Amino acid sequence: MKSLEQVKPGETVSVVRLHGEGPIKRRIMDMGITKGVTVFVRKVAPLGDPMEITVRGYELSLRKADCAAIEVQ
Amino acid sequence: MGMKIALAGNPNCGKTTLFNALTGASQHVGNWPGVTVEKKEGKLRGHGDVIIQDLPGVYSLSPYTLEEVVTRDYLVTEQPDAILNIIDASNLERNLYLTTQLMELGLPVVIALNMMDVVRRQGGSIQSSALSQALGVPVVEISALKGENCVEAALEAVRAAKSRQAAKPVTFGEDIEHALEQIGTQVSGHCQPSHNRWYAVKLFERDARTELPLGQMAKDTIEAYIKTVEDAQDDDAESIITNARYECAAKLAHAAGREGKVHKLTGSDKIDQIVTNRWLGFPIFVGVMFLVYYLSISTVGTMMTDWVNDVLFGEIIPPAVEGWLASAATPEWLNGLVLDGIVAGVGSVLGFLPQMMVLFLCLAFLEDCGYMARIAFLMDRIFRRFGLSGKSFIPMLIGTGCGVPGIMASRTIENQRDRRMTVITTTFIPCSAKLPVIALIAGALFGGAWWVGPSAYFVGVAAIICSGIILKKTRLFVGDPAPFVMELPAYHWPSLKGVLRHMWERAVAFIKKAGTVIFLAVTLIWFLQTFNFRLEMVEQNESILASIGNVLAPIFAPLGWGDWRAAVAAISGLIAKENVVGTLGVLFGFAEVAEDGVEIWGTMQQVFTPVAAYSFLVFNLLCAPCFAAIGAVRRELGGKWTLIAVGYQCLLAYMVSLCIYQFGALLTGAASFGVGTVVAIIILVVFLYLLFRPQPKPESKLRRAAVKA
Repeated sequence: MKSLEQVKPGETVSVVRLHGEGPIKRRIMDMGITKGVTVFVRKVAPLGDPMEITVRGYELSLRKADCAAIEVQ
Repeated sequence: MGMKIALAGNPNCGKTTLFNALTGASQHVGNWPGVTVEKKEGKLRGHGDVIIQDLPGVYSLSPYTLEEVVTRDYLVTEQPDAILNIIDASNLERNLYLTTQLMELGLPVVIALNMMDVVRRQGGSIQSSALSQALGVPVVEISALKGENCVEAALEAVRAAKSRQAAKPVTFGEDIEHALEQIGTQVSGHCQPSHNRWYAVKLFERDARTELPLGQMAKDTIEAYIKTVEDAQDDDAESIITNARYECAAKLAHAAGREGKVHKLTGSDKIDQIVTNRWLGFPIFVGVMFLVYYLSISTVGTMMTDWVNDVLFGEIIPPAVEGWLASAATPEWLNGLVLDGIVAGVGSVLGFLPQMMVLFLCLAFLEDCGYMARIAFLMDRIFRRFGLSGKSFIPMLIGTGCGVPGIMASRTIENQRDRRMTVITTTFIPCSAKLPVIALIAGALFGGAWWVGPSAYFVGVAAIICSGIILKKTRLFVGDPAPFVMELPAYHWPSLKGVLRHMWERAVAFIKKAGTVIFLAVTLIWFLQTFNFRLEMVEQNESILASIGNVLAPIFAPLGWGDWRAAVAAISGLIAKENVVGTLGVLFGFAEVAEDGVEIWGTMQQVFTPVAAYSFLVFNLLCAPCFAAIGAVRRELGGKWTLIAVGYQCLLAYMVSLCIYQFGALLTGAASFGVGTVVAIIILVVFLYLLFRPQPKPESKLRRAAVKA
């Protein structure tokens, strides 16, 4: 299983599944990260965390810990 | 009978700008009942019978955040006559995701399509007529920034409200629809017919905040329907609905001719590449912060503040009032009250205002142009370790100049827990008014040693870090961690009107709320230090305050400074921290002392040992801030949390000072091992336990789920 956390900046992946449940998962999904959506990893913050991704045409920042629950391919 | 139109939309979609354009000056700002989420309403321009209700900016109507709960509760229970849904056209899919939820509420919906100019500049296009057809509701293209078509959109909503034609909800996949239909039949009769769809969907999602008085049998039936769909789709019901909604949103966006954005670098992207660049990010950040600090604390703001303090409330108003009082031949006590109490008190509040206006102007600009979100992006990693937010940096930096604007700057932190933590810890940083106290102690007892000043900042930073770690493990703050899922809005040049308005709203809020508290408190302290118990005007060392100081002095004995004058000085620091020096001067028999109190250095050496003096310094740095800052805390957190904040600060100050004195005295040989040492050891052990104990598990299952994943 590959998670969004492991994706390098500049790569484009597609979301397979979201693990976990509850507010964090819902919040991530509410922001448009759902099954099948294309995610482009733009960059990682200078201190190594969080990440900046492009999803559904806008910019979103996510902590790596939360990205670990997003399975991608 | 008036009409109510609710204004709903995502954050950063131009909702506030539209609201301002629609209502002009007729706004009423308050809080939603029971929570500190701001509630704004106003009359529609030129249509006094139409009230526009501004709802919090939300991405969804989930049951998990305060803003979302406030929004949905209002829409379900208060039932406005129509919803005006503002949509950022440059971000169509995510905005339509909220629309699909708003359309389930059984209310008329009208869409205001904002920022079409951005879409056109990016070379895209949206057919608003096609979107209107696909959604089945009116769509009006507007430009909130330029004020184009805004009132027309509102009037369209009024027309929709009059027609009472509720929006038709979007439909999901066949299996979901089947389940929803079955759940709907179970629900019918338990809620208004127009809410049937809303409740069916919420029950399907197993929404924790949705309660209907259903029998066990109905509940079991519903559960079975949910389970069938869940098994078929191999996902949980909440995710199934969220997925289905986004599918709809994508389809709608497609129908409107808007495809997913191609990876073409826009101007905003180019700015972002530089501003959050791996190497340039931090230097640019330091530069921006320096500029904000320089403008508001060092130069423009301070020049104006000095003018208000020294000229307006020093040379102009007091002599004028004095002359006026003299001509009215008022009694001496009234002169004192008006001049030393009221004029000085009001002056001390208004003195902060210019500094804050400049600061708010800078902050409003940073927020509106989109840089504030990038600050959080850059700093998050450092601050979240201490239970703070990436945005906590700004209040703390500003706090080195003055705690009042520092506390007010915490406004930009959306998460309530992070905001509380930031407000409580911001005043630990030595502000400019504490510098004279540091200079006094360093000069009088440490021969002006270079390390005293930096050590004060070190103590402040250590207090923030330790407090963050300790407090986030207490019951007050423990709970589900706030996810840091933050939109990074595209950079844009903010409108001057919007920025000024932003600044003005905060300034007025400060004058109104904080002003009254500070004013009363300053008057009270003036009274206490001017009168004795027989209500005769006396010198400060015979006043009620001196008596209180005498009573309080033994409390501070374990800290090494049981002298009543030290206690009184610490209390007078509540008016303004630099008063500590002045008060000590007066109590040691000097009418007036220099800012660093050089005249009393000799006397200080007789009253304080170096260790006791350092303990006194640390206590004054960490304990409750001045009344102006406490007023600002109250304005931001409300009464209960102000008590918690001040109580925590005083307790921490006392404990730390006690340990410093007891251990210091032991090490320097000034005292031998005794009860005080034992107490200090116990405090230290408890402190270390609180610091290093594992994070307690919150009761809810949510965190476990996140960890498991």
